[in-house]
Amino acid sequence: MSPRPFKLRKISNPPVISGLKPYGKKAGSEPVQSIFLNLEEYEAIRLCDFEMLNHIQASLIMNVSRPTLTRIYSRARQKIAEALVLGKQIIIEGGKIYFDSDWYTCNTCGCNFNNPEKQEEIKACPLCSGTDFKNFEPYKNRIEDTNRRCSEVCLCTSCGHESPHQLGQPCREEICPECGSKMVRKETENF
Amino acid sequence: MKIAITCVSNSLESKLDQRFGRCSYFAIYDTETRGIEFLPNPNKEAQEGAGPASVQLVASRNVKKIISGEFGIKIKTLLDSLKIQMIVLKQPEKTITEVINMLNN
Repeated sequence: MSPRPFKLRKISNPPVISGLKPYGKKAGSEPVQSIFLNLEEYEAIRLCDFEMLNHIQASLIMNVSRPTLTRIYSRARQKIAEALVLGKQIIIEGGKIYFDSDWYTCNTCGCNFNNPEKQEEIKACPLCSGTDFKNFEPYKNRIEDTNRRCSEVCLCTSCGHESPHQLGQPCREEICPECGSKMVRKETENF
Repeated sequence: MKIAITCVSNSLESKLDQRFGRCSYFAIYDTETRGIEFLPNPNKEAQEGAGPASVQLVASRNVKKIISGEFGIKIKTLLDSLKIQMIVLKQPEKTITEVINMLNN
C-alpha cells in the first residue's frame, strides 16, 4: 500500500534571504557545518513567531492540518536551536511547497490574473470586467496532465495504423494489428 | 491607465503573442485616451535576460497591466515589486481588437 499523498504547504512569500551565517568562531576550530531549514519550516516560524498567530490560524494559512503545522513548527524550532547552540549556518531551501501568489481564474473569459496589490481585494476580472472568478487551483493542471498522457497514440511506421497508447506498455513492444510490424510512439506537440 | 498586450505584428488585426519576453511587438493601450502605440521588442532575439529587459521597457511606459500568453520564471518577482498586474490569456487566436473590446466592456 502506498503511503498517504503528501499535502503541499502554501507559502505566502519566499524569504528575503537564503540563509544565515554564524560569525566570530574561534580560530583553528572545525569548519562551519550547515543545517537545512525547509521553506515550510521557515513559513511556520514566520506565521507563529513573527506574525504571532496561533497554530490553528497558521495551519489554515498554510493549508495543512493543525497537528501537521505543530509538527513542522517544532521541527523548525529544533533546527534553529541546533544552529544556535552548535554554531551551524542555516540554509533555507527545499520542502514540498507552493507559493500563494494570489492567482485567479475568470470563468467568463478564461484568463488567469494575479493581484499585485495584496491589501486590495479584487472585485472584477481586469480583462472582461466579469465578476465570476475563482482562485486558481494548482492541482487542476496535474489532473489535465494525467489525462493528456493517457491520450497518447501508438503509430505503425510501415502502414500508418494508429491505436491508443496503453499506459505502462512501451509502444516499441506493440505489434501492429494491420501489418504485424513494430510500432512507435506518435510524435505530438505535447513533447 | 495603460495596458501592455503582447502581439505578433504591429496591426490591430494581429494575434496575441503567447510569449512575453520574446514577443514581436507590445501594443500599449491607454484606457483614457483609447490610443494604441505599437512598440517593437528589441529583445526578441536575445540569448538570455529577454524577460527582465522587456519588463524594463514596458515599465518605462507606466504600464499597470500586462496581457500575454505566458510569463517566464524571472518576471514574477520583478512585476510584483513594480506592482504590475499579470493577465494570462491562453487564447492565441484572439486579435488585439478583440482583447481591447473585452477591456472596454
